Amino acid sequence: MFEIMAASTSKRFGFSNEFFSQLFLIFLASLTIRVGVAMWGHSGEGKPPMFGDFEAQRHWMEITVNLPFKEWYVDTPNNDLQYWGLDYPPLTAYHMMLNGKIAQHVNSSIVALHESRGIETPQVKFFMRATVIVMDALLFLPSAAAFFMLEGSGKRDEASILKRIMVLVGYPGLVLVDSGHFQYNSISLGLVVLASSALTRGFDLVGAFLFCLSLNYKQMELYHALPFFAYLFGSCIRQTNPSKGLFKFTMLVLVVAITFIALWSPFLHSVDSALAVVHRLFPVKRGLYEDKVANFWCSVSILIKFKEMLSQAAMAFVCLATTAVFLLPSFFHLLMNPNMKNFHYASINSSLIFFLFSFHVHEKTILLATIPACLVVARDPFIVLWFLQISVFSMLPLLLKDGLLIPVIATTLLFWIILHYYLRPTEGIRRELKLIFQMSILGAVGVSLVFLLVKPPVRYPDLFTLLIAIYSCAHFMMFAVYFHARQFGSSLTKFIFAADAAKKRDDYEDDKISSPRSSVQNVEQRNFNLRSRKRK
Amino acid sequence: MAVVWTLAAAATLVKLLFIPGYRSTDFEVHRNWLAITHSLPMRKWYTEDTSEWTLDYPPFFAAFEFLLSCVAQFFDAQMLIVNNLKYASERTILFQRLSVIFTDFVYFYAVNEFYKNRLLFAGKNLRRMDSQPAIIPALLIFNVGLFIVDHIHFQYNGILFGILLLSLVRITQNRVLEGAFWFAVLLNMKHIYMYVAPAYFVYLLRSYCFTGTGPVLWRKFSIGRFASLGAVVGAVFVMSFGPFIYFQQIGQVLSRLFPFKRGLLHAYWAPNFWALYAVCDKVLTVSAVRLGLVGADRVASAAMTGGMVQEYSFVVLPDVPPIVTMMVTVIAMMPSLYSLWVSKDKVSFVRSVVLCAYTSFLFGWHVHEKAVLLMIIPMTLLVIYDQHYAKMYLILCVTGFYSLFPLLFTPFENVLKVLMLLQSAIFAFLALNSVHSPTPAKFSRAALNRLFKPLSCLQLPFLNVPESLYVLGLVPLGVGNSAGLWLLGADRRLPFLPLLTTSVYCSLGVLYSWLLLYRAALADIRAVSVVSGQGEARGQRVKDGVQGKKQL
Repeated sequence: MFEIMAASTSKRFGFSNEFFSQLFLIFLASLTIRVGVAMWGHSGEGKPPMFGDFEAQRHWMEITVNLPFKEWYVDTPNNDLQYWGLDYPPLTAYHMMLNGKIAQHVNSSIVALHESRGIETPQVKFFMRATVIVMDALLFLPSAAAFFMLEGSGKRDEASILKRIMVLVGYPGLVLVDSGHFQYNSISLGLVVLASSALTRGFDLVGAFLFCLSLNYKQMELYHALPFFAYLFGSCIRQTNPSKGLFKFTMLVLVVAITFIALWSPFLHSVDSALAVVHRLFPVKRGLYEDKVANFWCSVSILIKFKEMLSQAAMAFVCLATTAVFLLPSFFHLLMNPNMKNFHYASINSSLIFFLFSFHVHEKTILLATIPACLVVARDPFIVLWFLQISVFSMLPLLLKDGLLIPVIATTLLFWIILHYYLRPTEGIRRELKLIFQMSILGAVGVSLVFLLVKPPVRYPDLFTLLIAIYSCAHFMMFAVYFHARQFGSSLTKFIFAADAAKKRDDYEDDKISSPRSSVQNVEQRNFNLRSRKRK
Repeated sequence: MAVVWTLAAAATLVKLLFIPGYRSTDFEVHRNWLAITHSLPMRKWYTEDTSEWTLDYPPFFAAFEFLLSCVAQFFDAQMLIVNNLKYASERTILFQRLSVIFTDFVYFYAVNEFYKNRLLFAGKNLRRMDSQPAIIPALLIFNVGLFIVDHIHFQYNGILFGILLLSLVRITQNRVLEGAFWFAVLLNMKHIYMYVAPAYFVYLLRSYCFTGTGPVLWRKFSIGRFASLGAVVGAVFVMSFGPFIYFQQIGQVLSRLFPFKRGLLHAYWAPNFWALYAVCDKVLTVSAVRLGLVGADRVASAAMTGGMVQEYSFVVLPDVPPIVTMMVTVIAMMPSLYSLWVSKDKVSFVRSVVLCAYTSFLFGWHVHEKAVLLMIIPMTLLVIYDQHYAKMYLILCVTGFYSLFPLLFTPFENVLKVLMLLQSAIFAFLALNSVHSPTPAKFSRAALNRLFKPLSCLQLPFLNVPESLYVLGLVPLGVGNSAGLWLLGADRRLPFLPLLTTSVYCSLGVLYSWLLLYRAALADIRAVSVVSGQGEARGQRVKDGVQGKKQL
């Protein structure tokens, strides 16, 4: 690290030594923020008998470390599924087992079977927080850096790569949910980012493998499954040589199958045990939405009471149908035009549609849309940053429940300051749009203040929570439309930028960012090389 | 200007995150003072002793606490009850933490004043400053020491250093009376700033009371200036101590401010000369016991139990009474003051303030490790001026910040302190490297260069190989002190060992950078005496001074 700075001008991986020093500084700063947030409350702190996500994850360590595989997902005398039964895929379970083993070395009371329920000591808190932040340092931060370093080729602008990395690692939503509320989203999302970087470089099989890992860490990653499938399958069928396409497809199927079988092997000895896991992962019995979520169904509920009109099953079907219908355009477009730009926008679109229209959505799920959005921050800095800010606002009620008000204020403003200082997202934006943006942010601040300071009327205790949900939902729908338009090829520059900036922007759009080596081109180039070599 | 306030806003937001962090007993100390000043009349402020943490700062700080308490009552009036010892409700914590965060704006204001006026810079230096305008403000505002001591450990150094910077800025702006006023106020808030008072005295006497250029002559002494200066400073002191003279409590107040009953070394040894002295004593004791020169019973009675005892008596080496430390300090300070008397320009003034702080820190009685900030913060003002100052700063700030590590020992804060030190060190090296772009430091003797060649991959910018090894050595030291001792199971048996190794290791760095700075000051005297008589600009002379030092 230090030797790097000793004025040597040599480059590593095409990046200067100063770049790595600054990257390291960004990592350290983002870890500092995470540790700072981690000192605050977590979900369910001091709230027996069920506590919250923090206790759920700790309980899974307790279960996985003390019980044999076959008991993990089934109701047994030692495993009461009513108390935070394991309902995440096997990779999470293995990770929890690893954490549990470490916990046993630190202090076995952290994961003692039965006795450790609801344990809340400073040591437990530090241990749990450390498991999250260490994985951030080992997986999420390097993945984020890898993505932006691998994206594009030729002449690189190191300063702007660093700025993009800063957006992804500094995004307060993920920090607050993972290091504050307590979850391990950065693992599944980090794997997705890593998978995207693999795809950028044309390592499609590696990308598929990494995505399978992600999917097996958190089933919510199904939101991204369609874009991954469309991109990979599309790149097979668009292959100039059909047999090559078939070969690639077979390889993909093999990679996916082997990964799944390997991860699920302890549960595949009988159909029942495999089904038990599946039932835990996809419980249809839950409600339409939990709490007040900024999605379509929750927002229209003030007008139409779907919950009362339709049965649970009928409602599930309606949700499924709407989601499917809205998913199709982006899916087919990507299938026909599998390149990285479309892939990124399709990832945002797919998760946004799921978030807005599917059944039983959680407010944290918006992270699945915002992280892919961070990946296109170079193309759409203005809209992406707007989206990121609103997404944090939409999670405000959730975060407030965990006593995270000051961390929310601190991290959001810090992010805001850093971005405005470095990225200047509103530069060159059309005046009208800038005004709308300012009104939107002011509105969000206003609603937050009302939510914090005004006591809701007794008849409608959730009034302001619902207000936040509807306000965010309207934004998310707007962003969904915008990102669809972006995917379908419109550069929308005239819409976004003032006339003089638009011209400059168009050049930027086409030359620098759209990664010139999308995998299809890559493969074709390789084929061409092979052919020409044969001819020789 | 926007630069400073952007940095300030960012720093403030980070500080907000530290609110639920660890708090030392200083938190209760300040709560108690809030209670005393709020609920008792002034004549009882310095006699009240319900809590063991009696008021032992000068009257202006008490007044400052009184002002805070006026706001505090709206947060939680319970904290203002004297008998409510160790009261720490959520709102009390919030109020106290926020009070530190908000009063830091005085510090930001002072940094901005410095930044706006660019006083110490001219010509090449000014261009350097303008090419990287954010560096000095960033180093000042994101000073790790302030984060550790104020925002986690809990103290109010931010506002105090703000006033110190403000007085330095005003004096370098030639608004001398204002500067003197602020310094007098500062002395009446926390008397530790007496450490740097000699530099102020000499500088104001030489360059304000003696007018004109050229040699010092009595006819150039301006009685008017001297009187106005005396009036300003005197008025501040009367304002502060006057009421207690009136109450006839001045003896009581002074005995609170200067408790010489405390030991030579503070609980955690500050990395200074006496820490080395104490370690020498320890080593000699052990060897003496081995050789049978000293009875084991004498050692037991003087046991060094974790450096936690306030009274400390040496076994082999002679005990050091306060008067000796004072004499050593004064003697060690003299040459630097003489240098200031001769050079009498603004840069020498700031350097002299740093040197006085250094000398008092190294040789003073019962020095707190936190006093290291008293060198680091004024020193920051000099880093762009010359690359030798940058080098001294780098050694000092890394070792100085590291020496604050024992203050924090809880898990989250342990992680934070390491992250923050790493960031600040890397930033400082990167930023100063980009300003000065120094060539790799070499020895004048070829043999030494050949000797260290194999290790040159570890060489840091500005530093030669042994210096780099010393700075990088903090990494294994830190790892060894935490993980190493824990793995060996020695953390229970030898709880004082990390404190001891930390303060000894750091004292070497502090002593070394002090010698470097002192050498620069002395070289300046020579340079000035060489060119004296020629009407050259001061900046040129100082540059010569630095060159002269290089040839030493």
